[in-house]
Amino acid sequence: MVDVTFDIAPGERVGFLGPNGAGKTTALKILSGLLYPSSGTVTVGDFVPQERRTEFLRMITLVMGQKQQLLWDLPPAETFAMNRALFDLPRREADATQQELVDMLEVGPLIGKPTRQLSLGERMKCELVAALLHRPRVLFLDEPTIGLDVSMQARVRDFIRRYNESTGASVLLTSHYMEDVAALCPRVIVIDKGHLIYDGDLRTLARRIRPEKRITMHFSSVPAPGDLDRLGSCVARSELQATLAVPAAQVTEAVRAALSRLPISDISVEDPPLEEIMQEFLGGQPANGGAKSA
Amino acid sequence: MSRLFGKEWVQAARHVLRVYPALLRVGFADIFAYRAELVVWLLTVNMPLVMMALWTAVAATGPVGRFGQREFVAYYLGMLLVRILTGSWLVWELTMEIRQGTLAPRLLRPIHPLWAHSAMQLAAVPFRVVLVTPLVFILYWVAGERLPVHEPLRLAIVVVSMAGAWLLLFLIMAIIGTLAAYVESALSIFDVWLGAQAVLSGYLVPLELLLPWVSHAARYLPFRYILGFPVETLIGLESTTSALHELGVQALFIAASLVATLALWRAALKRFAAFGG
Repeated sequence: MVDVTFDIAPGERVGFLGPNGAGKTTALKILSGLLYPSSGTVTVGDFVPQERRTEFLRMITLVMGQKQQLLWDLPPAETFAMNRALFDLPRREADATQQELVDMLEVGPLIGKPTRQLSLGERMKCELVAALLHRPRVLFLDEPTIGLDVSMQARVRDFIRRYNESTGASVLLTSHYMEDVAALCPRVIVIDKGHLIYDGDLRTLARRIRPEKRITMHFSSVPAPGDLDRLGSCVARSELQATLAVPAAQVTEAVRAALSRLPISDISVEDPPLEEIMQEFLGGQPANGGAKSA
Repeated sequence: MSRLFGKEWVQAARHVLRVYPALLRVGFADIFAYRAELVVWLLTVNMPLVMMALWTAVAATGPVGRFGQREFVAYYLGMLLVRILTGSWLVWELTMEIRQGTLAPRLLRPIHPLWAHSAMQLAAVPFRVVLVTPLVFILYWVAGERLPVHEPLRLAIVVVSMAGAWLLLFLIMAIIGTLAAYVESALSIFDVWLGAQAVLSGYLVPLELLLPWVSHAARYLPFRYILGFPVETLIGLESTTSALHELGVQALFIAASLVATLALWRAALKRFAAFGG
Protein backbone atom coordinates (compact mmCIF):
# COMPACT_ATOMS: atom_id res chain seq x y z
CA MET A 1 0.00 0.00 0.00
CA VAL A 2 1.33 3.43 -0.95
CA ASP A 3 0.38 6.88 0.30
CA VAL A 4 -2.88 5.79 1.92
CA THR A 5 -4.25 8.11 4.60
CA PHE A 6 -7.60 7.96 6.33
CA ASP A 7 -9.26 8.41 9.72
CA ILE A 8 -12.27 6.55 10.99
CA ALA A 9 -14.42 7.98 13.76
CA PRO A 10 -15.82 5.93 16.65
CA GLY A 11 -19.05 4.24 15.63
CA GLU A 12 -18.53 4.64 11.89
CA ARG A 13 -19.25 1.82 9.45
CA VAL A 14 -16.79 1.92 6.58
CA GLY A 15 -16.50 -0.41 3.62
CA PHE A 16 -13.22 -1.22 1.92
CA LEU A 17 -13.78 -1.74 -1.79
CA GLY A 18 -11.44 -2.70 -4.55
CA PRO A 19 -10.64 -5.47 -6.99
CA ASN A 20 -8.80 -8.65 -6.00
CA GLY A 21 -5.27 -7.85 -4.92
CA ALA A 22 -6.06 -4.19 -4.35
CA GLY A 23 -4.83 -4.24 -0.76
CA LYS A 24 -8.07 -4.48 1.23
CA THR A 25 -7.04 -7.46 3.34
CA THR A 26 -3.54 -6.04 3.66
CA ALA A 27 -5.08 -2.90 5.15
CA LEU A 28 -7.00 -4.97 7.69
CA LYS A 29 -3.88 -7.00 8.51
CA ILE A 30 -1.96 -3.81 9.20
CA LEU A 31 -4.76 -2.29 11.24
CA SER A 32 -5.12 -5.42 13.37
CA GLY A 33 -1.36 -5.67 13.95
CA LEU A 34 -0.68 -8.78 11.91
CA LEU A 35 1.43 -7.01 9.31
CA TYR A 36 4.23 -4.56 9.90
CA PRO A 37 4.09 -1.50 7.59
CA SER A 38 7.48 -0.73 6.04
CA SER A 39 6.85 3.00 6.49
CA GLY A 40 4.17 5.39 7.71
CA THR A 41 2.20 5.40 10.94
CA VAL A 42 -0.88 3.51 11.96
CA THR A 43 -2.82 3.99 15.17
CA VAL A 44 -6.02 2.34 16.29
CA GLY A 45 -7.44 4.06 19.33
CA ASP A 46 -4.29 5.12 21.15
CA PHE A 47 -2.37 2.02 20.15
CA VAL A 48 0.19 1.08 17.55
CA PRO A 49 -1.30 -2.20 16.28
CA GLN A 50 2.04 -3.92 15.65
CA GLU A 51 2.90 -3.73 19.35
CA ARG A 52 -0.11 -5.98 19.94
CA ARG A 53 -0.57 -4.81 23.50
CA THR A 54 -3.11 -6.65 25.58
CA GLU A 55 -5.33 -3.56 25.86
CA PHE A 56 -5.27 -3.21 22.07
CA LEU A 57 -6.21 -6.86 21.55
CA ARG A 58 -9.10 -6.40 23.96
CA MET A 59 -10.29 -3.43 21.95
CA ILE A 60 -10.39 -5.02 18.50
CA THR A 61 -11.54 -8.12 16.73
CA LEU A 62 -10.84 -9.51 13.29
CA VAL A 63 -13.36 -11.81 11.67
CA MET A 64 -12.29 -13.65 8.56
CA GLY A 65 -14.71 -15.39 6.30
CA GLN A 66 -11.99 -17.74 5.12
CA LYS A 67 -10.17 -18.43 8.38
CA GLN A 68 -11.73 -19.63 11.57
CA GLN A 69 -10.84 -19.45 15.21
CA LEU A 70 -13.38 -22.03 16.38
CA LEU A 71 -11.86 -25.26 17.66
CA TRP A 72 -12.73 -27.71 14.91
CA ASP A 73 -13.49 -30.85 16.89
CA LEU A 74 -15.09 -29.19 19.89
CA PRO A 75 -18.42 -27.37 20.20
CA PRO A 76 -18.30 -23.57 19.74
CA ALA A 77 -19.17 -23.28 23.44
CA GLU A 78 -15.63 -24.50 24.21
CA THR A 79 -14.09 -21.73 22.10
CA PHE A 80 -16.35 -19.23 23.84
CA ALA A 81 -15.20 -20.55 27.25
CA MET A 82 -11.57 -20.33 26.19
CA ASN A 83 -11.95 -16.78 24.88
CA ARG A 84 -13.75 -15.80 28.08
CA ALA A 85 -10.70 -16.96 30.04
CA LEU A 86 -8.12 -15.50 27.65
CA PHE A 87 -9.76 -12.08 27.69
CA ASP A 88 -10.17 -12.20 31.48
CA LEU A 89 -13.90 -11.55 31.21
CA PRO A 90 -15.90 -11.60 34.45
CA ARG A 91 -18.04 -14.73 34.42
CA ARG A 92 -21.41 -13.06 34.83
CA GLU A 93 -20.70 -10.35 32.27
CA ALA A 94 -19.35 -12.86 29.75
CA ASP A 95 -22.33 -15.14 30.21
CA ALA A 96 -24.70 -12.22 29.62
CA THR A 97 -22.81 -11.11 26.50
CA GLN A 98 -22.68 -14.63 25.15
CA GLN A 99 -26.40 -15.10 25.72
CA GLU A 100 -27.16 -11.79 24.04
CA LEU A 101 -25.03 -12.65 20.99
CA VAL A 102 -26.38 -16.18 20.81
CA ASP A 103 -29.93 -14.83 20.89
CA MET A 104 -29.24 -12.15 18.28
CA LEU A 105 -27.70 -14.69 15.92
CA GLU A 106 -30.12 -17.49 16.84
CA VAL A 107 -27.40 -20.09 17.39
CA GLY A 108 -28.56 -21.45 20.77
CA PRO A 109 -29.09 -25.03 19.57
CA LEU A 110 -25.77 -25.04 17.70
CA ILE A 111 -23.19 -24.11 20.30
CA GLY A 112 -23.16 -27.57 21.86
CA LYS A 113 -22.49 -29.40 18.60
CA PRO A 114 -18.94 -30.06 17.36
CA THR A 115 -17.91 -27.26 15.01
CA ARG A 116 -17.11 -29.72 12.23
CA GLN A 117 -20.80 -30.69 12.10
CA LEU A 118 -22.01 -27.12 11.48
CA SER A 119 -22.78 -25.64 8.07
CA LEU A 120 -20.69 -22.74 6.75
CA GLY A 121 -23.35 -20.20 7.71
CA GLU A 122 -23.80 -21.68 11.16
CA ARG A 123 -20.05 -21.62 11.70
CA MET A 124 -19.80 -18.00 10.61
CA LYS A 125 -22.49 -16.99 13.08
CA CYS A 126 -20.64 -18.84 15.85
CA GLU A 127 -17.40 -17.18 14.69
CA LEU A 128 -19.08 -13.83 15.24
CA VAL A 129 -20.08 -14.80 18.77
CA ALA A 130 -16.50 -15.93 19.54
CA ALA A 131 -15.07 -12.76 18.03
CA LEU A 132 -17.41 -10.38 19.85
CA LEU A 133 -17.53 -12.00 23.27
CA HIS A 134 -15.08 -9.46 24.67
CA ARG A 135 -17.20 -6.61 23.30
CA PRO A 136 -14.57 -5.07 21.03
CA ARG A 137 -14.89 -1.41 20.12
CA VAL A 138 -13.36 -1.89 16.67
CA LEU A 139 -14.48 -4.61 14.27
CA PHE A 140 -12.36 -5.60 11.29
CA LEU A 141 -14.51 -7.82 9.11
CA ASP A 142 -12.83 -9.49 6.16
CA GLU A 143 -15.39 -11.09 3.87
CA PRO A 144 -17.69 -12.06 6.74
CA THR A 145 -20.44 -13.30 4.40
CA ILE A 146 -18.35 -15.17 1.85
CA GLY A 147 -19.93 -18.44 0.78
CA LEU A 148 -23.19 -17.77 2.61
CA ASP A 149 -26.57 -17.95 0.92
CA VAL A 150 -28.55 -14.76 0.33
CA SER A 151 -30.75 -15.12 3.38
CA MET A 152 -27.82 -15.87 5.68
CA GLN A 153 -25.91 -12.89 4.24
CA ALA A 154 -28.84 -10.65 5.07
CA ARG A 155 -29.01 -11.95 8.64
CA VAL A 156 -25.30 -11.47 9.23
CA ARG A 157 -25.52 -7.95 7.79
CA ASP A 158 -28.47 -7.18 10.02
CA PHE A 159 -26.57 -8.47 13.04
CA ILE A 160 -23.51 -6.34 12.28
CA ARG A 161 -25.66 -3.24 11.93
CA ARG A 162 -27.46 -3.93 15.20
CA TYR A 163 -24.17 -4.58 17.00
CA ASN A 164 -22.77 -1.30 15.68
CA GLU A 165 -25.87 0.63 16.69
CA SER A 166 -26.17 -0.90 20.14
CA THR A 167 -22.47 -0.73 21.13
CA GLY A 168 -21.19 2.21 19.10
CA ALA A 169 -18.34 0.06 17.79
CA SER A 170 -16.53 1.09 14.62
CA VAL A 171 -16.81 -1.35 11.74
CA LEU A 172 -14.41 -1.78 8.84
CA LEU A 173 -15.69 -4.22 6.30
CA THR A 174 -14.34 -5.80 3.16
CA SER A 175 -16.64 -7.84 1.01
CA HIS A 176 -16.95 -9.06 -2.52
CA TYR A 177 -20.69 -8.75 -2.13
CA MET A 178 -21.61 -5.18 -2.95
CA GLU A 179 -24.90 -5.76 -1.16
CA ASP A 180 -22.96 -6.00 2.11
CA VAL A 181 -21.28 -2.69 1.55
CA ALA A 182 -24.37 -0.94 0.21
CA ALA A 183 -26.49 -2.13 3.13
CA LEU A 184 -23.97 -1.50 5.90
CA CYS A 185 -21.55 1.24 5.00
CA PRO A 186 -22.52 4.88 4.43
CA ARG A 187 -18.86 5.57 3.74
CA VAL A 188 -16.55 3.64 1.45
CA ILE A 189 -12.83 3.65 0.92
CA VAL A 190 -11.83 2.42 -2.50
CA ILE A 191 -8.36 0.98 -2.90
CA ASP A 192 -6.79 -0.13 -6.14
CA LYS A 193 -3.27 -1.48 -6.58
CA GLY A 194 -2.43 -0.31 -3.06
CA HIS A 195 -3.56 3.28 -3.69
CA LEU A 196 -6.53 5.02 -2.15
CA ILE A 197 -8.69 6.30 -5.00
CA TYR A 198 -11.86 7.32 -3.20
CA ASP A 199 -12.88 8.02 0.38
CA GLY A 200 -16.33 9.29 1.02
CA ASP A 201 -20.06 8.84 0.83
CA LEU A 202 -21.23 5.84 -1.15
CA ARG A 203 -24.23 7.64 -2.67
CA THR A 204 -22.06 10.54 -3.79
CA LEU A 205 -19.74 8.12 -5.52
CA ALA A 206 -22.68 6.40 -7.16
CA ARG A 207 -24.14 9.69 -8.41
CA ARG A 208 -20.75 10.80 -9.67
CA ILE A 209 -20.12 7.65 -11.64
CA ARG A 210 -23.67 6.95 -12.80
CA PRO A 211 -25.85 10.06 -12.54
CA GLU A 212 -28.86 8.08 -13.67
CA LYS A 213 -31.69 5.94 -12.34
CA ARG A 214 -32.95 2.59 -13.48
CA ILE A 215 -36.64 2.25 -14.30
CA THR A 216 -37.74 -1.38 -14.40
CA MET A 217 -41.11 -2.04 -16.00
CA HIS A 218 -43.25 -5.17 -16.25
CA PHE A 219 -45.82 -5.22 -19.04
CA SER A 220 -49.23 -6.85 -19.32
CA SER A 221 -48.71 -7.12 -23.11
CA VAL A 222 -45.78 -6.58 -25.45
CA PRO A 223 -45.23 -2.81 -26.02
CA ALA A 224 -44.42 -1.29 -29.41
CA PRO A 225 -40.61 -1.07 -29.92
CA GLY A 226 -40.46 2.68 -30.54
CA ASP A 227 -42.35 3.58 -27.37
CA LEU A 228 -39.55 2.35 -25.10
CA ASP A 229 -36.71 4.02 -27.00
CA ARG A 230 -38.22 7.45 -26.50
CA LEU A 231 -38.12 7.11 -22.67
CA GLY A 232 -34.44 6.30 -22.18
CA SER A 233 -31.67 3.91 -23.11
CA CYS A 234 -32.57 0.27 -22.69
CA VAL A 235 -30.12 -1.77 -20.53
CA ALA A 236 -32.15 -4.99 -20.26
CA ARG A 237 -35.09 -6.25 -22.26
CA SER A 238 -37.30 -9.31 -22.46
CA GLU A 239 -40.74 -9.72 -23.98
CA LEU A 240 -42.70 -8.52 -20.92
CA GLN A 241 -40.01 -6.66 -19.00
CA ALA A 242 -37.58 -3.83 -19.68
CA THR A 243 -35.04 -1.81 -17.71
CA LEU A 244 -34.19 1.71 -18.86
CA ALA A 245 -31.34 4.01 -17.81
CA VAL A 246 -32.74 7.53 -17.38
CA PRO A 247 -31.00 10.74 -16.21
CA ALA A 248 -32.03 11.42 -12.60
CA ALA A 249 -33.60 14.78 -13.50
CA GLN A 250 -35.89 13.16 -16.09
CA VAL A 251 -37.17 10.26 -14.00
CA THR A 252 -40.53 11.80 -13.05
CA GLU A 253 -41.30 12.71 -16.62
CA ALA A 254 -40.20 9.30 -17.90
CA VAL A 255 -42.36 7.43 -15.38
CA ARG A 256 -45.36 9.61 -16.20
CA ALA A 257 -44.86 8.97 -19.93
CA ALA A 258 -44.42 5.23 -19.40
CA LEU A 259 -47.61 4.97 -17.37
CA SER A 260 -49.60 6.83 -19.99
CA ARG A 261 -48.21 5.14 -23.10
CA LEU A 262 -47.25 1.60 -22.13
CA PRO A 263 -49.21 -1.42 -20.84
CA ILE A 264 -47.51 -1.24 -17.42
CA SER A 265 -48.38 -3.88 -14.82
CA ASP A 266 -45.58 -2.93 -12.41
CA ILE A 267 -42.88 -0.26 -12.31
CA SER A 268 -39.95 0.50 -10.00
CA VAL A 269 -37.16 3.09 -9.86
CA GLU A 270 -33.74 2.20 -8.42
CA ASP A 271 -30.11 3.27 -8.41
CA PRO A 272 -27.82 1.40 -10.79
CA PRO A 273 -26.28 -1.73 -9.22
CA LEU A 274 -23.19 -0.98 -7.15
CA GLU A 275 -21.28 -3.67 -9.02
CA GLU A 276 -21.72 -1.73 -12.25
CA ILE A 277 -20.71 1.52 -10.62
CA MET A 278 -17.56 0.03 -9.13
CA GLN A 279 -16.67 -1.72 -12.35
CA GLU A 280 -16.92 1.53 -14.22
CA PHE A 281 -15.10 3.44 -11.49
CA LEU A 282 -12.18 1.06 -11.27
CA GLY A 283 -11.97 0.63 -15.02
CA GLY A 284 -12.22 4.27 -15.88
CA GLN A 285 -9.98 6.00 -13.35
CA PRO A 286 -6.23 5.82 -12.96
CA ALA A 287 -5.19 4.05 -9.80
CA ASN A 288 -3.51 7.08 -8.29
CA GLY A 289 -5.96 9.69 -9.49
CA GLY A 290 -8.59 11.45 -7.46
CA ALA A 291 -7.23 10.33 -4.12
CA LYS A 292 -8.61 12.08 -1.12
CA SER A 293 -7.18 12.12 2.33
CA ALA A 294 -9.53 12.16 5.26
CA MET B 1 13.46 -5.90 26.60
CA SER B 2 11.64 -3.66 29.07
CA ARG B 3 8.49 -5.55 28.19
CA LEU B 4 10.24 -8.80 29.05
CA PHE B 5 11.34 -7.87 32.52
CA GLY B 6 9.19 -4.88 33.54
CA LYS B 7 5.81 -4.51 35.16
CA GLU B 8 4.15 -5.66 31.98
CA TRP B 9 6.01 -8.96 32.18
CA VAL B 10 4.72 -9.55 35.70
CA GLN B 11 1.18 -8.78 34.57
CA ALA B 12 1.59 -11.13 31.64
CA ALA B 13 2.85 -13.90 33.94
CA ARG B 14 -0.13 -13.44 36.25
CA HIS B 15 -2.45 -13.52 33.26
CA VAL B 16 -0.89 -16.79 32.08
CA LEU B 17 -1.32 -18.34 35.52
CA ARG B 18 -4.97 -17.29 35.56
CA VAL B 19 -5.86 -18.58 32.12
CA TYR B 20 -3.66 -21.68 31.96
CA PRO B 21 -6.19 -23.99 33.68
CA ALA B 22 -8.77 -23.01 31.04
CA LEU B 23 -6.27 -23.71 28.27
CA LEU B 24 -5.46 -27.10 29.79
CA ARG B 25 -9.15 -27.93 30.05
CA VAL B 26 -9.78 -27.06 26.40
CA GLY B 27 -6.61 -28.93 25.43
CA PHE B 28 -7.77 -31.98 27.31
CA ALA B 29 -11.17 -31.85 25.60
CA ASP B 30 -9.43 -31.55 22.23
CA ILE B 31 -7.08 -34.44 22.97
CA PHE B 32 -10.06 -36.50 24.10
CA ALA B 33 -11.66 -35.89 20.71
CA TYR B 34 -8.46 -37.13 19.07
CA ARG B 35 -7.77 -39.92 21.59
CA ALA B 36 -7.87 -42.79 19.08
CA GLU B 37 -5.50 -40.97 16.73
CA LEU B 38 -3.17 -40.19 19.63
CA VAL B 39 -3.06 -43.81 20.78
CA VAL B 40 -2.33 -45.02 17.23
CA TRP B 41 0.39 -42.39 16.87
CA LEU B 42 1.99 -43.39 20.16
CA LEU B 43 1.87 -47.07 19.26
CA THR B 44 3.94 -46.33 16.16
CA VAL B 45 6.83 -45.41 18.47
CA ASN B 46 8.41 -48.85 18.26
CA MET B 47 12.04 -48.24 17.37
CA PRO B 48 13.25 -48.87 20.97
CA LEU B 49 11.61 -52.31 20.82
CA VAL B 50 13.38 -53.08 17.55
CA MET B 51 16.71 -51.99 19.04
CA MET B 52 15.97 -53.97 22.18
CA ALA B 53 15.52 -57.15 20.14
CA LEU B 54 18.74 -56.46 18.25
CA TRP B 55 20.94 -55.69 21.24
CA THR B 56 19.63 -58.46 23.51
CA ALA B 57 20.56 -60.87 20.70
CA VAL B 58 24.04 -59.34 20.58
CA ALA B 59 24.35 -59.55 24.38
CA ALA B 60 23.33 -63.23 24.43
CA THR B 61 26.97 -64.22 24.03
CA GLY B 62 28.20 -61.80 26.71
CA PRO B 63 27.77 -58.24 27.99
CA VAL B 64 28.57 -55.24 25.81
CA GLY B 65 30.34 -52.77 28.10
CA ARG B 66 28.09 -52.33 31.15
CA PHE B 67 25.12 -53.77 29.23
CA GLY B 68 23.97 -57.34 29.63
CA GLN B 69 20.62 -58.55 28.27
CA ARG B 70 18.66 -57.26 31.30
CA GLU B 71 20.36 -53.86 31.05
CA PHE B 72 19.48 -53.57 27.38
CA VAL B 73 15.87 -54.51 28.09
CA ALA B 74 15.71 -51.96 30.91
CA TYR B 75 17.39 -49.27 28.77
CA TYR B 76 15.08 -49.60 25.80
CA LEU B 77 11.95 -49.96 27.93
CA GLY B 78 13.04 -46.76 29.69
CA MET B 79 13.68 -45.14 26.32
CA LEU B 80 10.21 -46.08 25.10
CA LEU B 81 8.69 -44.71 28.29
CA VAL B 82 10.58 -41.39 28.10
CA ARG B 83 9.93 -41.06 24.36
CA ILE B 84 6.18 -41.48 24.81
CA LEU B 85 5.90 -39.31 27.91
CA THR B 86 7.96 -36.38 26.67
CA GLY B 87 6.87 -36.36 23.01
CA SER B 88 5.39 -33.33 21.31
CA TRP B 89 3.94 -32.50 17.89
CA LEU B 90 4.45 -28.75 18.11
CA VAL B 91 6.72 -28.52 15.07
CA TRP B 92 4.06 -29.94 12.75
CA GLU B 93 1.33 -27.73 14.23
CA LEU B 94 3.41 -24.58 14.12
CA THR B 95 4.69 -25.16 10.62
CA MET B 96 1.17 -25.71 9.35
CA GLU B 97 -0.20 -22.66 11.15
CA ILE B 98 2.49 -20.41 9.74
CA ARG B 99 2.22 -21.77 6.20
CA GLN B 100 -1.58 -21.66 6.12
CA GLY B 101 -2.03 -18.44 8.05
CA THR B 102 -4.05 -20.03 10.85
CA LEU B 103 -1.55 -18.61 13.32
CA ALA B 104 -3.29 -15.24 12.83
CA PRO B 105 -6.28 -15.87 15.13
CA ARG B 106 -3.85 -16.99 17.84
CA LEU B 107 -1.88 -13.76 17.43
CA LEU B 108 -5.00 -11.76 18.09
CA ARG B 109 -5.56 -13.31 21.50
CA PRO B 110 -3.97 -11.68 24.54
CA ILE B 111 -1.58 -14.55 25.29
CA HIS B 112 1.56 -15.75 23.54
CA PRO B 113 0.58 -18.55 21.12
CA LEU B 114 3.31 -20.79 22.54
CA TRP B 115 1.55 -20.79 25.92
CA ALA B 116 -1.60 -22.07 24.25
CA HIS B 117 0.43 -24.67 22.36
CA SER B 118 2.20 -25.78 25.53
CA ALA B 119 -1.14 -26.30 27.25
CA MET B 120 -2.35 -28.36 24.30
CA GLN B 121 0.75 -30.55 24.48
CA LEU B 122 0.64 -30.91 28.27
CA ALA B 123 -3.04 -31.83 28.13
CA ALA B 124 -1.95 -35.02 26.34
CA VAL B 125 0.29 -36.10 29.22
CA PRO B 126 -2.46 -37.89 31.21
CA PHE B 127 -3.24 -40.00 28.11
CA ARG B 128 0.45 -40.72 27.69
CA VAL B 129 0.74 -41.74 31.35
CA VAL B 130 -2.14 -44.19 30.97
CA LEU B 131 -0.47 -45.66 27.90
CA VAL B 132 2.93 -46.16 29.55
CA THR B 133 1.57 -47.58 32.82
CA PRO B 134 1.97 -51.22 31.63
CA LEU B 135 5.52 -50.35 30.55
CA VAL B 136 6.30 -49.13 34.07
CA PHE B 137 5.21 -52.46 35.54
CA ILE B 138 7.26 -54.42 33.01
CA LEU B 139 10.26 -52.19 33.69
CA TYR B 140 9.85 -52.74 37.44
CA TRP B 141 9.71 -56.48 36.86
CA VAL B 142 12.83 -56.42 34.66
CA ALA B 143 14.94 -53.90 36.58
CA GLY B 144 13.09 -53.10 39.80
CA GLU B 145 16.30 -53.01 41.84
CA ARG B 146 17.73 -50.30 39.53
CA LEU B 147 14.70 -47.99 39.64
CA PRO B 148 14.66 -45.08 42.11
CA VAL B 149 11.46 -46.28 43.77
CA HIS B 150 12.81 -45.97 47.31
CA GLU B 151 15.12 -42.99 46.77
CA PRO B 152 13.14 -39.74 46.84
CA LEU B 153 16.05 -37.60 45.58
CA ARG B 154 16.76 -39.84 42.57
CA LEU B 155 13.05 -40.12 41.87
CA ALA B 156 12.81 -36.32 41.92
CA ILE B 157 15.80 -36.06 39.56
CA VAL B 158 14.12 -38.48 37.14
CA VAL B 159 10.87 -36.50 37.20
CA VAL B 160 12.66 -33.15 36.77
CA SER B 161 14.88 -34.52 33.98
CA MET B 162 11.80 -35.78 32.14
CA ALA B 163 10.04 -32.44 32.57
CA GLY B 164 13.21 -30.76 31.31
CA ALA B 165 13.36 -33.15 28.36
CA TRP B 166 9.78 -32.27 27.45
CA LEU B 167 10.47 -28.55 27.68
CA LEU B 168 13.74 -28.75 25.73
CA LEU B 169 12.09 -30.68 22.90
CA PHE B 170 9.14 -28.26 22.93
CA LEU B 171 11.48 -25.28 22.57
CA ILE B 172 13.58 -26.95 19.86
CA MET B 173 10.36 -27.68 17.98
CA ALA B 174 9.26 -24.07 18.49
CA ILE B 175 12.54 -22.84 16.99
CA ILE B 176 12.40 -25.14 13.98
CA GLY B 177 8.66 -24.60 13.50
CA THR B 178 9.14 -20.82 13.57
CA LEU B 179 11.63 -21.16 10.73
CA ALA B 180 8.58 -21.84 8.53
CA ALA B 181 8.25 -18.04 8.35
CA TYR B 182 11.58 -17.98 6.52
CA VAL B 183 11.86 -21.26 4.61
CA GLU B 184 9.36 -23.63 3.08
CA SER B 185 11.27 -26.69 4.26
CA ALA B 186 11.15 -26.25 8.04
CA LEU B 187 9.93 -29.82 8.40
CA SER B 188 12.89 -31.04 6.37
CA ILE B 189 15.12 -29.24 8.83
CA PHE B 190 13.33 -31.08 11.59
CA ASP B 191 13.93 -34.37 9.77
CA VAL B 192 17.64 -33.59 9.83
CA TRP B 193 17.33 -32.83 13.53
CA LEU B 194 15.57 -36.15 14.13
CA GLY B 195 18.34 -38.00 12.28
CA ALA B 196 21.00 -36.44 14.48
CA GLN B 197 18.86 -36.94 17.58
CA ALA B 198 18.43 -40.66 16.87
CA VAL B 199 22.20 -41.12 17.11
CA LEU B 200 23.33 -38.42 19.52
CA SER B 201 20.55 -38.77 22.12
CA GLY B 202 21.09 -42.47 22.77
CA TYR B 203 17.77 -43.31 21.11
CA LEU B 204 19.22 -46.03 18.88
CA VAL B 205 22.31 -47.01 20.84
CA PRO B 206 23.33 -46.14 24.41
CA LEU B 207 25.79 -43.27 24.09
CA GLU B 208 28.52 -45.05 26.04
CA LEU B 209 28.60 -47.75 23.37
CA LEU B 210 29.36 -45.30 20.58
CA LEU B 211 32.87 -44.34 19.53
CA PRO B 212 34.46 -42.48 22.45
CA TRP B 213 34.75 -39.17 20.59
CA VAL B 214 31.10 -39.33 19.47
CA SER B 215 30.01 -40.19 22.99
CA HIS B 216 32.11 -37.33 24.33
CA ALA B 217 30.77 -34.85 21.77
CA ALA B 218 27.18 -35.86 22.59
CA ARG B 219 27.66 -34.54 26.13
CA TYR B 220 28.09 -31.04 24.73
CA LEU B 221 25.01 -31.19 22.49
CA PRO B 222 21.34 -30.86 23.47
CA PHE B 223 20.16 -34.19 22.00
CA ARG B 224 21.17 -36.30 25.01
CA TYR B 225 19.14 -34.12 27.36
CA ILE B 226 15.97 -34.88 25.40
CA LEU B 227 16.14 -38.68 25.72
CA GLY B 228 19.34 -40.35 26.90
CA PHE B 229 19.88 -38.43 30.12
CA PRO B 230 16.41 -39.12 31.65
CA VAL B 231 16.68 -42.80 30.67
CA GLU B 232 20.16 -43.17 32.16
CA THR B 233 18.93 -41.54 35.36
CA LEU B 234 15.81 -43.70 35.44
CA ILE B 235 17.60 -47.04 35.21
CA GLY B 236 20.48 -46.07 37.46
CA LEU B 237 23.28 -45.59 34.93
CA GLU B 238 24.02 -42.15 36.40
CA SER B 239 25.14 -41.55 39.96
CA THR B 240 23.06 -39.05 41.93
CA THR B 241 25.90 -36.51 41.99
CA SER B 242 26.49 -36.82 38.25
CA ALA B 243 22.75 -36.63 37.56
CA LEU B 244 22.46 -33.40 39.54
CA HIS B 245 25.28 -31.92 37.49
CA GLU B 246 23.62 -33.06 34.27
CA LEU B 247 20.37 -31.43 35.39
CA GLY B 248 22.26 -28.15 35.46
CA VAL B 249 23.53 -28.73 31.92
CA GLN B 250 19.99 -29.55 30.80
CA ALA B 251 18.77 -26.32 32.39
CA LEU B 252 21.42 -24.37 30.47
CA PHE B 253 20.27 -25.87 27.17
CA ILE B 254 16.66 -25.01 28.09
CA ALA B 255 17.60 -21.42 28.92
CA ALA B 256 19.55 -21.03 25.67
CA SER B 257 16.67 -22.54 23.67
CA LEU B 258 14.18 -20.23 25.37
CA VAL B 259 16.19 -17.14 24.49
CA ALA B 260 16.58 -18.38 20.90
CA THR B 261 12.85 -19.16 20.67
CA LEU B 262 11.77 -15.72 21.87
CA ALA B 263 14.26 -13.89 19.65
CA LEU B 264 13.38 -15.91 16.56
CA TRP B 265 9.65 -15.63 17.23
CA ARG B 266 9.88 -11.86 17.51
CA ALA B 267 11.78 -11.62 14.24
CA ALA B 268 9.55 -14.13 12.45
CA LEU B 269 6.37 -12.21 13.28
CA LYS B 270 7.59 -9.39 11.06
CA ARG B 271 7.70 -11.83 8.17
CA PHE B 272 4.40 -13.54 8.90
CA ALA B 273 2.02 -12.58 6.13
CA ALA B 274 -0.03 -15.65 5.19
CA PHE B 275 -3.64 -14.84 5.93
CA GLY B 276 -6.48 -15.02 3.51
CA GLY B 277 -6.33 -12.78 0.49
